[in-house]
Amino acid sequence: MNTDVTTGVPGNEFGRRSENWRAALYEAAAEVFDMMVGEPVSLHQDGAVAAGDSDTTAMVGLAGALCGALSIRCTTASAAAIASKMLGEPVHSAECVEQQLDALGEICNMIAGNFKARIEGLREQCMLSVPTVITGQDYCLHSLGDNDRMEVAILFQGKPIVLRLEVHG
Amino acid sequence: MANVRALIVDDSSVMRKIVERCLRQAGIELSSVFEASNGAEGLAVIGNNQVDLILSDINMPVMDGLEFVKNLQAAANAKGVPIVMITTEGGESQVTQALSLGAKGYIRKPFTPDQVKQHVVPLLRVD
Repeated sequence: MNTDVTTGVPGNEFGRRSENWRAALYEAAAEVFDMMVGEPVSLHQDGAVAAGDSDTTAMVGLAGALCGALSIRCTTASAAAIASKMLGEPVHSAECVEQQLDALGEICNMIAGNFKARIEGLREQCMLSVPTVITGQDYCLHSLGDNDRMEVAILFQGKPIVLRLEVHG
Repeated sequence: MANVRALIVDDSSVMRKIVERCLRQAGIELSSVFEASNGAEGLAVIGNNQVDLILSDINMPVMDGLEFVKNLQAAANAKGVPIVMITTEGGESQVTQALSLGAKGYIRKPFTPDQVKQHVVPLLRVD
């Protein structure tokens, strides 16, 4: 059974755990931004962010006790701002432009690792893939099997960034 | 801690730069910084260069960090060189495996510059 936990309808184990996992996902992201980007994020209370607002997506696969993917999507401008903060370079510098996809991929990787470390049993039993980064808006991701998913939106420099955890049933 | 030659192995170039910056912030004077994006590239660097410190990610394409450390045992230039793993993969089994293969320390991402200093500086003083 598929359960979109963003609707708040807990229909299975994933749904029952969703609030804890949502909190863990936010805390994992907040810590990564605080420690590695050097700028705090806040929870985006409005929540819903149109997919069209974002054109850069980084994704890390999860395998083992938790199978699925964690993705982070934002605008190119936000990705460049993240790279700028991580590198200590001006946002429009050639290095930031060149490294913005790498920076977002690494942020996604660290959030995934930090998230699984916060969930009992996942640190040891869940493995991560290397990150993949997709640019543009005109794509559709098809995942095989039944999936559950949750989204957490955060604000970085006032702009929304969406974290999405998709778990295969 | 002057004239330290460091090898930083990570598939993220941004992370390699952050690690280098943390080393400098720790007061380590780097005379050379070699970069590699996976274990195989790291072994190639070691084959041609003497280094004083190796920091490596675990989860990388081509050759991961654990395989890299395992292969370092046969590299003459790596004998006695402290190895510190820096990775998002923080399971105890991986920590144990990395240490058993010769790593001297382990830092989990995300990390602060102070954490890098605490783990790396004592190794340089000892060695």
